[in-house]
Amino acid sequence: MKCWRIEVLTKDGMPDPIGDAAARSLRAAGLEVSRVRSVRGYLCDPSLGREAIEALCREVLVDPIADRCEILTPEELPESAPNRLTIQPRPGVTDPVAQTMQEALALCDLPQVTTGTYRGFLVESGHSPQELQDAAGQGLANEVIEQVLTGTPPIGLPGPGGQPDLAVRDVPLDGLDDAGLEKISVEGGLALTVREMRTIQSHYGDAGRAPTQIELETIAQTWSEHCKHKTLTGQIRFGDEVIDNLLTSEIARVTNELDRDFCVSVFVDNAGVITFDDDDCVCIKVETHNHPSAIEPFGGSATGVGGVIRDILGTGLGAWPVASTDVFCLAPPDTKEEDVPKGCLHPERVLRGVVQGVRDYGNPMGIPTVQGAVHFDPDFVGNPLVYVGNIGILPKDKVQKQPKPGDRIITVGGRTGRDGIHGATFSSLALHTESETVSSGAVQIGDPITERKVMELVVRARDEGLFHAITDCGAGGFSSAVGEMAEGLGARVQLDKAPLKYAGLAPWEIWISEAQERMVLSVPEANLPRLAELCAEENVEWADLGSFDDTGRLVLEYDGTLHGDLDLHFMHEGLPVFEREARYTEPDLSDPNLPEWSGTQLADALHQTLRDPNVASKEWIIRQYDHEVQAAAATKPLIGPERLGPGDGSVLAPKLGSNRGVVLSSGLNPRYSRIDPAAMAECALDEAMRNIVAQGGDPEHTAILDNYSWGNCEDPEQLGGLVRATRSLCSLAKTYRTPFISGKDSLNNTFHDGDRKISIPGCLLVTAMSVIPDVRRTIDASPKTDDGYLCLVGLTKDELGGSVYWKTRGELGRSVPRVDQEMGKKVLDRMARAIAAESVTACHDLSEGGLAVACAEFAISSRKGLDIDLAEAPRNAELSAERILFSESQSRFLCEVPADRLQDFEANLGEVPFGILGRIRSDQQVLAVHNGTETLFTAPIDELTTSFRSTLDLDNTLEGQSR
Amino acid sequence: MTNPRALVLRAPGINCNRETEFALSRAGARAETRALSQCLADPSVIENAQILVFPGGFSFGDDLGAGRMFALSMRRRLDSSLQTFLERGGLVLGICNGFQALVALGLLPSPERAALVTNQSGHYECRWVRLKSIDEHRCAYLPQGLELELPVAHAEGRLLFESPAVAERLCDEGQTPLRYVDASGEATTDFPDNPNGAPLGIASLCDPTGRIFGLMPHPDRAFLPHHSRGLGALRSGATVDSPGAVIFDGIVSQSRELV
Repeated sequence: MKCWRIEVLTKDGMPDPIGDAAARSLRAAGLEVSRVRSVRGYLCDPSLGREAIEALCREVLVDPIADRCEILTPEELPESAPNRLTIQPRPGVTDPVAQTMQEALALCDLPQVTTGTYRGFLVESGHSPQELQDAAGQGLANEVIEQVLTGTPPIGLPGPGGQPDLAVRDVPLDGLDDAGLEKISVEGGLALTVREMRTIQSHYGDAGRAPTQIELETIAQTWSEHCKHKTLTGQIRFGDEVIDNLLTSEIARVTNELDRDFCVSVFVDNAGVITFDDDDCVCIKVETHNHPSAIEPFGGSATGVGGVIRDILGTGLGAWPVASTDVFCLAPPDTKEEDVPKGCLHPERVLRGVVQGVRDYGNPMGIPTVQGAVHFDPDFVGNPLVYVGNIGILPKDKVQKQPKPGDRIITVGGRTGRDGIHGATFSSLALHTESETVSSGAVQIGDPITERKVMELVVRARDEGLFHAITDCGAGGFSSAVGEMAEGLGARVQLDKAPLKYAGLAPWEIWISEAQERMVLSVPEANLPRLAELCAEENVEWADLGSFDDTGRLVLEYDGTLHGDLDLHFMHEGLPVFEREARYTEPDLSDPNLPEWSGTQLADALHQTLRDPNVASKEWIIRQYDHEVQAAAATKPLIGPERLGPGDGSVLAPKLGSNRGVVLSSGLNPRYSRIDPAAMAECALDEAMRNIVAQGGDPEHTAILDNYSWGNCEDPEQLGGLVRATRSLCSLAKTYRTPFISGKDSLNNTFHDGDRKISIPGCLLVTAMSVIPDVRRTIDASPKTDDGYLCLVGLTKDELGGSVYWKTRGELGRSVPRVDQEMGKKVLDRMARAIAAESVTACHDLSEGGLAVACAEFAISSRKGLDIDLAEAPRNAELSAERILFSESQSRFLCEVPADRLQDFEANLGEVPFGILGRIRSDQQVLAVHNGTETLFTAPIDELTTSFRSTLDLDNTLEGQSR
Repeated sequence: MTNPRALVLRAPGINCNRETEFALSRAGARAETRALSQCLADPSVIENAQILVFPGGFSFGDDLGAGRMFALSMRRRLDSSLQTFLERGGLVLGICNGFQALVALGLLPSPERAALVTNQSGHYECRWVRLKSIDEHRCAYLPQGLELELPVAHAEGRLLFESPAVAERLCDEGQTPLRYVDASGEATTDFPDNPNGAPLGIASLCDPTGRIFGLMPHPDRAFLPHHSRGLGALRSGATVDSPGAVIFDGIVSQSRELV
């Protein structure tokens, strides 16, 4: 379609950082590029006159200082330019900028005609258009959602959209055998097993009719692994044992038996809810968004963030989101190109993409991203993991929700498009070489500003008591949201009432679309006028989709035609119990027989450990996230006077005017899973709890979340590892008195590269949240005195199995760290006591890299020297210097204790073992390590800092910089 | 004495209004936040205020350039109320995205124009920076001789002017109250002390009257005692306000003269 084109460029002589970044990206793809100029392209319907176009440019599109523009009439084509790249959203992909142009037209009192956008790059290079196009696809453009065009492409506005297919389609199941049923499931992308298909066949057989397509789709969404967790809630045969529902028999049982009084709402709502103060609760949810992020890292992580924020907005009657978390597990960014299987993106591209996604959704939302982790392992190459979390504040009287018959079904927020169709079922399947092409519809990009507006609206409407219930549209879209709210009631939905991004959507597409930024409210009819007013004030679109009733049926209509009539009881309770085999075989491993390192070899080992990407500074990521908005942050992710050191988590005072706070932390180390999933799981919990305590959190007022990502659990060995991990986790949680309040699993992280299967190492992320009375009484991991004592708390053992140290020497080993439960609990409680008594001025937990890394990080964050003697380390046996430095034994802390507090510190620790390793030496700029009378090495802090910061400095901006 | 009325403008996508309103209240103002749509319905809320604040965030998603749609809304729909407010001597503060909106509106630096464009690094940057006030700056409500640390968090904070001479002249005229400085206290263009590459380390601008002031850093995230706790306090229990409080205290006490 012909249209006006407005091309905005930076004036000659003005900087063009977007062009510079494009040049870097093309060079990284192997091109020789001297310069790139960026172009912002805007398209407008030809019905506008030149004056209108010029007014739009003058008023908003073109900055008088920085920009110049070229206007091309609908009849003109830009002059031939073989070096020109044009990148345009694919049809149907959300284009928020084009939407904002509509608002600009309105403000300029111009007709709101169709608009569009593109990005252009004028590339100075000797490469052919084809080479440019190929290189652009490797980073500059995302071909899942964007088209790359070269030369002078005939860019136009998208057409008006097609006619929807409104036929009501029956899917006859009667008489089909297993093969026939399976075919329907596979071809429809339904991810239903043969047994489930048989159950559906028999249900509709009883009803004497065939299911319609929309009914079958609805059941597939509701029964997806993603929504129902059927593996964990099913029956598992584990050796001689039969486990009924691992979630209730293990995880929920811990919570029930602990019966902690701070738990308000657990496992029933979108998020776990615990008490915060007299007026409010705090709620928390962590989600996985692995599969979409593998195909399209930017869109996947961004919509993951958007989704988990909506989870919090949909908890109770709507909580106010106060902080976000993110954890990634990826293959190392320096993976060789030939080691990346076909169909997978290079890990560096995945890393850049997921970071940008979290940044470009989280920052505009005005929610600080305060806490996170990144773990690298080659086996995440096909299945990168993206965990996103959110924390919200929810008034105590807004925790309960229940739709009432007669309530209107109101959707607010974004419009529905063809995006994200089959996301729930897609995420329940294994990825393979072709996933990128077949599943692109499951991916989409988000529009954070729309969600921000919804966030403002929801909380205002909540405070005015305008609705009875709220649910987010996540996986499964309206089908899940309305289906969930209607459980135990009934509902009648008019699908033609949903606002659409473009014409042409079939009713079933509207019903299961996973278009972002939508929430469903259950609103009494009398409150609609006021809700409409609030929506107008907040610029939020809303629509009335129908009503809840008490029929027990979910009726779907389009323009008065019946498309589906589902039995809600069957939908929610009809799923046959899953049966799975599980088996655990101990891997055949042994500790390596390496020559012990000593002296300066150990200094080199420390540098190598600090350079390991699992230990190295994540500053390149952290600095791109807004971690300060909402003015709640008391301890930020980077600490110390120059903010170079890694913190143990974060501390927030989420209510302005109150010092009451939450302490957040996480723990995970999937590498231990290669030796024993049980060790991996308990170490994840111990690490999360150490990080809570190290910051001044209260271990007796801490709740936890479990997020599993595992390989294909149809493989009994995979499932066996998961059962083993769960049991060890639950046993420790019971001892630590930490209830699980929410969790999520992602169980199909096996990549099929032809005949080769790549399963991720079993990975459990434990997120912990502690509520404390006063954030000003917390501490961080940066020493503050000139000469304080350095105390090591807890026992060091011969546990180098799975350590980063052995990894740097090419070994895995067998002696993986285990948690001594009784000792672990004592250490946590006593340390918390010592910190509460203000006898500790800095505290750091010992995790990957052990004592050596904790000491180095003390020095890096504070810029103060340390002088320590390993002979003073408490241990359970004689250990070499190498082992004391690098063992990753659990339940240990490094503390800075001022000289005048040492006695108190000792008294508070009671029977917990600790040793005085040495002192802070602020007059020296080295980490000096002795073993008895022998000096092993002295490492300058500047050199340690450089090692720590260089590995993940992806844009080479940190090196040599302080602050 | 009656406390001054402070209005915090919330365009769609603005997200720092809550903490900004709280900081103003804490400094003694009768502060309230109004959605832009509410101001359109009742522009008198602007005219009746003594302090007008354009807070941080991503107004209209910054889809057409940082702050530009916010500026367009003000110019096309609320211009006369804004003029009335300014004629009555009202004080204006723009923070981050709000500063970008004031620059896009042409209210800063005035009479010259400026632009705020993508950081030299090419991406968003969240970090604390050192700031120092220039000698005899013209801002009506900022103390002289200030040295303070504040967080920045932006992707488009690099000021551009018609020519380098304009930047020099604005500094000479006292219209660049706060500048990014290095550890020795010298204005700098070098990353990371200067997070965006702005010329002469310019982090803020005021108009010739000194009543309109905007800055890229966020005083609204650095006014409570615990906000700057990481700066090296020996023990917990910080009780001193963080440095950004001086800006809210300044604007509120100065505006008392208008009440």
